[in-house]
This record gives sequence, structure tokens and C-alpha cells, in this order.
Amino acid sequence: MRSHPIFSPWLSLAPALTIVLVLLGASLLYAVAESVGYISVIGQSKFSLDAYRNTLDLNSEFWASLEFSLWISIVSTLISSAIALLLAVWLSERRGNTDTLALNWNLAFPHLVWSVALLLFLSQSGLFSRWAASLGLISTPAEFPVLVRDRFGIGIILSYIGKEIPFLTITILSVLRSQSVGYDVVAENLGASRWQRLRYVTIPQVMPALLAGSLLIFGFIFSSYEVPALLGVGYPRALPVLALRFFLDPDLRARSEGMVISLIITLIVMIVAVVSLKMKDEG
Amino acid sequence: MKRIITPLFRFTLYLVLIAPLLLFAAYAFSTRWFFPQPFPAEWTTTTFQRAIHDSRTLSSMAQGLWIALLVSVLSLILALPAARVLGLRKFRGRQLAWLLLFLPTIIPPLAIGMGLNILFLQIGLAGTIAGVILAHIIPTLPYTIFTLSSAFARFDENYEFQALALGASPWHIFFKVTLRMMTPSLVVATLFAFLISWSQYLLTLLIGGGQIITLPILLFSAASGGNPSIIAMLSLLFVAPPVLVVAFTARQLNQHGEEIREQY
Repeated sequence: MRSHPIFSPWLSLAPALTIVLVLLGASLLYAVAESVGYISVIGQSKFSLDAYRNTLDLNSEFWASLEFSLWISIVSTLISSAIALLLAVWLSERRGNTDTLALNWNLAFPHLVWSVALLLFLSQSGLFSRWAASLGLISTPAEFPVLVRDRFGIGIILSYIGKEIPFLTITILSVLRSQSVGYDVVAENLGASRWQRLRYVTIPQVMPALLAGSLLIFGFIFSSYEVPALLGVGYPRALPVLALRFFLDPDLRARSEGMVISLIITLIVMIVAVVSLKMKDEG
Repeated sequence: MKRIITPLFRFTLYLVLIAPLLLFAAYAFSTRWFFPQPFPAEWTTTTFQRAIHDSRTLSSMAQGLWIALLVSVLSLILALPAARVLGLRKFRGRQLAWLLLFLPTIIPPLAIGMGLNILFLQIGLAGTIAGVILAHIIPTLPYTIFTLSSAFARFDENYEFQALALGASPWHIFFKVTLRMMTPSLVVATLFAFLISWSQYLLTLLIGGGQIITLPILLFSAASGGNPSIIAMLSLLFVAPPVLVVAFTARQLNQHGEEIREQY
């Protein structure tokens, strides 16, 4: 069916746009309303900025959580980017797309399942602990280092790294494969060493895509709930975990604070996303 | 030296990729696997038998499948007209339309879910299948539109004109020409809408409010302190559809994988 020229394209866009805008708009509206004290569930409707004041109070748990969230997001992003870059360069020198197919395999494991796998691998009674014990390295489960549900979020970081490396590798690889091999060969003919070619030819080529991809990952990790909820400790909690805990608190006044935290997360992620989109356009 | 390193490296890569499945299988199909035994000594299908006869597990799978099925069909219906004009037409405001349709990929599910939780409580959609489906459409729709619009960008409308000139009715053209030509992309878009919905935890939790139990919800609560065999079994059941889909669509994934990867 050809859409007639007098039909506006907006008519075709209307169903999808309506669903997205109505649901998103209403949900943000309710979030903001609840954050400033309009809590419909208990019929409270008085404007107040108490929730913001309590959340941003210097003694509140918010700051510890912000620090922890930034820590896991930044470290996971940096490590994933570095390894993905090396892996992509290594793979781009090899022909065939079997490896790309293999990297796609990671799609079969959602973050939740991947975290569960880490739990079974790395916990103190997990598989690696058993192996260490049968090799005589440790004698009781307690001697195995705490790698999941640990104070520094090692388990969380490992979980994200495992998922994000394949994602970034494929992003970089598709840039490398779309470029003609020309530049690399020219540089080689001009006498550039392997390291020089990487430093001055390959890395500048993939930088825009790598940066945009890294920011995307940062935003994703900073705002996602399942992994830190499953692999984290009671204190410090990641921001999304803290937000949801407050939101589901039996004390309904805590809900406002949950909303405030969730709005702050959203604001940070949106800023990062805008920067990421700008980079993609310039790249 | 290089001849050894490359295969070794590749072997490690592939091992890491297959390891979770082996691990789940080892835990799910063994019994009395005590510390410090390095490998399971006794194999059993008891956990499996129990899982496939457990009404909670079964109903969570059925509910998850049902929701994901409806979500993917609805996303497809909503996405088709939008993707068509985005892929084929140039018009004022096209960029704006893109941006608006992509907002759900930027705004965290946490914020969306918490806001919708209040809204749906007021209009009676909280704790209902309809509410959960509506919530799931938010993350699936952008990806469906993206996949389909890039297919429409390569679509040649002249085939439709030809059918029209030969006297075919609009419905006939739509089903026999348009949909036929779009089949590969439609399949990929449907499958990934299905997978995004199937693996959704947070939105189901916030909207379902304990009334709608899907596998991710069961798995999450089991993993927060349960028996490893049961955790592993639930994980296997949970990844079975994604593993099958990824295995069968490996080739198409190379073209379309990037778009959905972020969310999933």
C-alpha cells in the first residue's frame, strides 16, 4: 500500500509515537510529582522539596552510592574498552567471520544470567573455589577470596566486563572492516612499525566509535539494577539499587527519595547520551 | 610461536563463551556435589524432573512466553507503518521523530518503571498482564522500528506499483508483496522483541508487582540465596530460547546485532 502524498507521514508515525510519548511522558510526570511530595497512594499532596534536601544531605547514603556507582561504571567501561580495542585489532587482522559469530553468542546470555553464572563460578563455595581446594591451595571455602558480593564491586565489574567486551569489540570491528586496508598498507610501506601503525593509523580511525560506544556502556552500567542488586553488598549500594529500595520501602515517604535518586540517575545518563550522540555525529 | 598462540587464544575465547552453559549443566544435572570435589560425581535428572513438574516454574514460563509473544506482535504492528515512512520518506521533522522514538533507549528502565508503577496503579493496570505488556513495548519498540526501517531503506516500492498496475488490491499487495519482501527483517525484529521482553526483569517487577511472575523474577529470587542446582536449572530454562534464537539467526545477527545489543 503506497501512502498517498497528501497523507502526512505523521499519520503513520502516530501509533508508535503516541504509545512512546504518552507512557514516557506520564511516567516522568508522575516521577517528578512524587519527588516533590505529591504521593497519590497515601493521598499526600503538599509541595515540598524535603526529599531533595534529604537525598542531597551530606550525611545521606546517596553520596556513598554515587561514589560506588561511578567507581563500577568507570572501571568497567575503561577495562572493557581497552580489552575490546586489542581484541578487535587482533581479530581484524584475521579473515573470516567465525569469530564475529562467536562474539554474537554472548547475546544469548542476558546480564541476569551472566551474573548468576559468575555467582556459581566465583563464590566462596563456587566452582573455582572447589578447584583451588582440590589443588590444595585452600582448605576451607572461607579461605577463597571474596570476589562476588564484595566491598569493591569486583563481581559487578567482572560481570559487566564479560558482557561489554563482546559488544564493544563488534562495534570497533565493524569500523575496522568497513575501512579499506589502504591506510594501514600505506603506513607500512612508508616504514611504520607495527606499534606506530596501531598508534597513528588504527586508533584514530576507531576512536569516535570507541568513545561513543564507551559512553553508551557507561550510561547503561550507571543506571542498571540487576547486576549490582545480585552481586553487590548491603553497603555501599549502587544508586539504582538504593533508588528501588527506597521506592519499595514500606514507609511511603521514602518513595519520594527513591524518585529523586532515580531522576538524578536519569539526568546523568541523558547528559552522557547527548555527548555520545554528538561524538557519533562528528566521527 | 604465533602458530601456537592464535589457536590457543581462540580456544580460550570460545571456552569463555561456552563456559556458562557447561557450568549450568554441571550444577543442574548433578547431586550431592560437595565442596571440595572439583567435578560433579553423581549425575541425576531429579532437579530437571522437579522443575518441569513444578507448577510455579511452568506457569512462569507460560506467562513469560505469552507476554513476549504478544509484545513482539504488538511492537511489530506499531513499528511497521512508522518504520516505513522513516525508511522511505524524507519529510520535515524526520530527525525529531527518530529522536522521540529513541528516547526509551536513553531513559533508564528504572525511571520508566517507577513512574509507570504509579500511573498503572491509578488506572488499574498494575499487576495485570496488559500492564506488563504495555510496559515491555517501551524498550522493544525502538529496536523493532530501527531494524525494520533500515530494511525499508533498501526496499524498492516499484514492486508494489507493478502489482497495483496489474490490478492487485491494496491488501493483496501488502500481504503478497510488501510483507513477503520484508520477511527476513520481520523475523529478526520479531525475535528480538521477543527476547527483550522474555528477559525483562525490572519492568515486570515494577508493573507486575508480584502478581505477574516470569522466569527472570523466579531466577532472581532464587539467585539471591537458593540452592545452586535450582538456580542453574532455572538459568538453563531461561537461556534456552535466546540460545536457540542466536544459534539459528547467527548470520542475520552479523547485520542487525549491533542495534539490539545495547538493550539486551
